[in-house]
Amino acid sequence: MPVLLVPGVLRAEAGGASRLEVAAAGTLSAVLAEVGERWPLLSRRIRDERGALRRYVNIFVDGEQAALETPVAPGSEIQVLPSVAGGSR
Amino acid sequence: MTVLLAIGTQKGLFLATGDDDRRAWQVGPALFPGTAVYTIGVDLRGPRPRLLAAVDNSHFGPSVAVSDDLGATWHEPESAPIAFPEDAGAAVERVWQIVPGSAAEPGVVYAGTQPSALFRSADGGRSFELVRALWEHPHRPQWGAGFGGQAIHTILPHPGDPSRLLVAMSTGGVYRSGDGGESWSPANQGIKAYFFPDPWPEFGQCVHRVARDAGDPEQLYAQNHHGVYRSTDGGDSWQSIAGTLPSDFGFPIVAHPHRPGTLWNFPLIADSERHPTGLRCRVYRSTDAGEKWEPQHEGLPDGPYYPVVLRDAMCADSLDPAGVYFGTRAGEVFATNDEGETWSTVVTHLPDVLSVRAVAV
Repeated sequence: MPVLLVPGVLRAEAGGASRLEVAAAGTLSAVLAEVGERWPLLSRRIRDERGALRRYVNIFVDGEQAALETPVAPGSEIQVLPSVAGGSR
Repeated sequence: MTVLLAIGTQKGLFLATGDDDRRAWQVGPALFPGTAVYTIGVDLRGPRPRLLAAVDNSHFGPSVAVSDDLGATWHEPESAPIAFPEDAGAAVERVWQIVPGSAAEPGVVYAGTQPSALFRSADGGRSFELVRALWEHPHRPQWGAGFGGQAIHTILPHPGDPSRLLVAMSTGGVYRSGDGGESWSPANQGIKAYFFPDPWPEFGQCVHRVARDAGDPEQLYAQNHHGVYRSTDGGDSWQSIAGTLPSDFGFPIVAHPHRPGTLWNFPLIADSERHPTGLRCRVYRSTDAGEKWEPQHEGLPDGPYYPVVLRDAMCADSLDPAGVYFGTRAGEVFATNDEGETWSTVVTHLPDVLSVRAVAV
């Protein structure tokens, strides 16, 4: 199963979990759709209501920066990381 | 009775509690640290005051957190409380205003967003739906964006008629509905838009804030992007009341909570020079609906002063005499317990102040 690694700043939105196992595979989009169903509060921190990744949230699949159409294998690690470009003024 | 003052800043929400005299304040630690709080809604219609904080995280997007115990605990729903429906093809970038509906509509709360849209809640602000008639208004493609973004920042439900609602946006101007939001019309006659070839358009004005008079619900006051106006006919027409102000530029305008004709603003030099007029920290008050204005500054910082007061960063409480509060982009908050005659400092060295709300407790 793919595993989603949750950054510390978002663990409250995932019930305190640092790793979430997801059933979906195929593409990152499918994984995030499942996240939206199971952890909606976490999901809306990562994507807006159109499904677009938030501008200052980066996602890496197996260490490579990913987009929604990036393939996700059953054993993939998906890492969510806030961008250094963000932060309050 | 004293006041709970909610102070929204660029990096968190601070709650200050005044003493009985509203002169000395205890300021708590940052709530939602690192998160911009552009507005705070206060709903006094239920058994307990409800606070609704528009929290905007630059990484993780906007949301609304609700407290029914004066900020001791906060609840945020699992699903986005304010979100565009799929067919709108848009995403909420920021919540600029949260306002309870009239007393005749318990549970109704309105929110104004960036991009310019109005949302309505029927469950006290836990979930909102897009007011489609305004979103689908044929003027919308021509609404522009001010420097702060394109947003609905003012929402004024009519106190006596829940079917009547006024909003203002930058840019776009004032729009009204007389049928509960089913249809909308611009209401900008007399408000100048100097930045267009035709400076008197039907819509497109950059209205910064509108306030409603305490005594006459048809009397409105508007601080415009250059221009200060009064309407005595519910927005059908507007007349300048900037004559005795040192400048017609500024952001906030606040009406007295219960005395007709009394209002405050904070003039800035000009669009191109956004500092207080005379480089002095001075609030201006009118007690005759804007015919004459007088500076109020006793107790405010003396000497050259540069910080700006943003549109949601000035408010009044409901007590008598009324308290008025304002925060600056330099992280200071000032208060008066005597309607502006004398001022005291609530707190300094906060992040930029974006919004203030006073709740009598």
